[in-house]
Amino acid sequence: MELTANKFKANASKALVDAQLQKALGNVEKGFIAKRQKAADALPEFDALRDNARDIKNHVLAHLDLYLEEYERKVLAAGGHVHWAETAEDARRIVLDICKKAGARTVTKGKSMITEEIALNDHLSANGIEPVETDLGEYIIQLRGEHPSHIIAPAVHLNKEQVEGDFRRVHTHLPEGRDLSEPVSLLSEAREVLRQRYFAADVGITGANFLIAETGTSVIVTNEGNGDLTQTLGKVHVVVASIEKIVPTLEDTSQILRVLARSATGQDMSVYTTFSTGPKRQEDPDGPDEYHVVLLDNGRSAMLGTEYQDMLRCIRCGACMNHCPVYHAVGGHAYGSVYPGPMGAVLTPSLNGIDETGQLPNASTFCGRCESVCPMRIPLPKMMRHWREREFERNLTPAVARYGLKAWAFFAKRPKLYRLAASFGMPLLSLFGGTSRRFHSLPLAGGWTRHRDLPAPEGRTFLQAWAQREALKQEAGQ
Amino acid sequence: MTSSEAKAVRQPRVGLFATCLVDLFRPSVGFASVKLLQDAGCEVHVPVAQTCCGQPAYNTGDRADTREIAEQVIEAFEGFDFIVAPSGSCASMLKKHYPGLFAGDAAWEERSKAFSGKCHELISFLTDVMMVRDTGAALEAKVTYHDSCSGLRELGIKDQPRKLLSNVSGVEVREMTDSDVCCGFGGTFCVKYSDISNAIVTKKVGNIDTSGADMLLAGDLGCLMNMAGKLKRQGSDVEVRHVAEVLAGMTSQPPIAGSGK
Repeated sequence: MELTANKFKANASKALVDAQLQKALGNVEKGFIAKRQKAADALPEFDALRDNARDIKNHVLAHLDLYLEEYERKVLAAGGHVHWAETAEDARRIVLDICKKAGARTVTKGKSMITEEIALNDHLSANGIEPVETDLGEYIIQLRGEHPSHIIAPAVHLNKEQVEGDFRRVHTHLPEGRDLSEPVSLLSEAREVLRQRYFAADVGITGANFLIAETGTSVIVTNEGNGDLTQTLGKVHVVVASIEKIVPTLEDTSQILRVLARSATGQDMSVYTTFSTGPKRQEDPDGPDEYHVVLLDNGRSAMLGTEYQDMLRCIRCGACMNHCPVYHAVGGHAYGSVYPGPMGAVLTPSLNGIDETGQLPNASTFCGRCESVCPMRIPLPKMMRHWREREFERNLTPAVARYGLKAWAFFAKRPKLYRLAASFGMPLLSLFGGTSRRFHSLPLAGGWTRHRDLPAPEGRTFLQAWAQREALKQEAGQ
Repeated sequence: MTSSEAKAVRQPRVGLFATCLVDLFRPSVGFASVKLLQDAGCEVHVPVAQTCCGQPAYNTGDRADTREIAEQVIEAFEGFDFIVAPSGSCASMLKKHYPGLFAGDAAWEERSKAFSGKCHELISFLTDVMMVRDTGAALEAKVTYHDSCSGLRELGIKDQPRKLLSNVSGVEVREMTDSDVCCGFGGTFCVKYSDISNAIVTKKVGNIDTSGADMLLAGDLGCLMNMAGKLKRQGSDVEVRHVAEVLAGMTSQPPIAGSGK
């Protein structure tokens, strides 16, 4: 997708007046939060599990090279292939080659943010191979030519009436008078249409929630079972995953699984948790003839050892965006990047550079709710602040903010001068506040007064008033 | 040891970090803080070499200025037994964020850690350190309390103000929906992303309205000015005050952004 992260402010302003979007966003705010809370409350060891999950990933990141090599050995031993892709372009080329060799005309896809990151669908289409998204949300946005607005609920920005319209527009082979008023009727229609596509597809492409080093297994979690059909019905199964998806053991996987769905949707477990190890063996009733794993770096190894390393613990549950007041206000598309919300505000600058994405880590109130619900305890606000520091060092911070800050800091670092200026300025400002004790508009304060009044100061500053009171006391005492 | 015995031994010397917003916009909160601290048995000092905690610079990515300001604050306040601020956000800056500014500079790191260990937000200092249960105030009002983000999530301030408010005679606390959700202030965020901030504070003000309270309280003046500004813009009659004003029984000043009754 085209990166428009630096148009965030304009994107957001549009989103704020989009009535359909605002209606849909109301569902995010209410649904996800209450469900996660209920799931967390029901599990006394939930916070201890979060600590464990964090520690497991920290251990992996400290030894990532060893675990990746171990994983590769196990995949090869199971009869699979491993492809190392340093860049998005490498990954696209590798997947296309596999598809071409398989003589594929259509490929089915399980939900995968990594294939969004490498813009795989466009690349396949441009090369005459039709990608078919099989996750309901992904299918809907593919019909609309859109990108996911949320990492686990890609079509969360839509209302069911919009989906009905899309289905009627595209599924023209079905009777016009059919009833599509209920979500379940939309679901069964999508199921029926997609069922045909699974059988026609030559290759199935999925992402991975985990790659297990001790067994060479890839794991996906889904709620619709589409991932299973995608990876078992095609002749070839291609897993596209980024390098930090590694976990050492099956036991570690089950530890992290216990916080994943609870944090994401409030489920104890997703409906399907599917483990795949290598291609179909002789004794297996079904499965692919070929099993490929494309391991994508795309900037991640450069995050190791930096202040952004903790971001590589992320398991893509979406809890940060589900709890983010900014995401609630503007939705995922406003971020103008593959990954929206707080996790995107940290990850996107790492992947695309801060020059093109500087708006994202700035568009946060630092309320800290994202960090408070992150199952992997990723200090998201702290890392957004680090991005602001990188911006500031390189003079990328907008000039108005920069000079304003410098002027303020000049006074803040000189208490005597600051006191002098404040003791003249505040009483004067207070005077202008009149009897209403507030300003409807004020020069240089337009950002504030556009939407709200500015309370007038009381008059003398506290330190002024305090000094006078103390002086009076002393006089009285003497 | 009873509290009067403790007082007899030696009153804790508290340096009041007024915060820039209280200093400039609402001195009443400073005086309310002084009263609450003195009533709790503290000897209160207000060093003149204070300006701001440095958050505007810190959150804009300007580490150099932040560090200079932090050094200035530490130098002015490190001699006290405790450093108390009537703001969760500024107290958290002093307590949780200062030491990180000096990473790699052993002498300052140690100094900043010793300093940070003595820093507290006003209300939680009263309840958790000075063991205050009842401030002896009285006020006939239906109040609702907004949990400001830094105080709530970085310092764990949630029950403390509610406990003290429950002992203010005449006060009825009416919880609003999502009291723990951000008001949209976020320091410079509210002017940098004015439209988004407006969307967030509009929701907050809606929740304040439906709570049925006639007074909004919180522990951070930034959030209070934001919510008061929005309430007034919408023509609301809800009075807005810092929680310290009510706890100290000092509500004769007109409310924030209001001309009084």
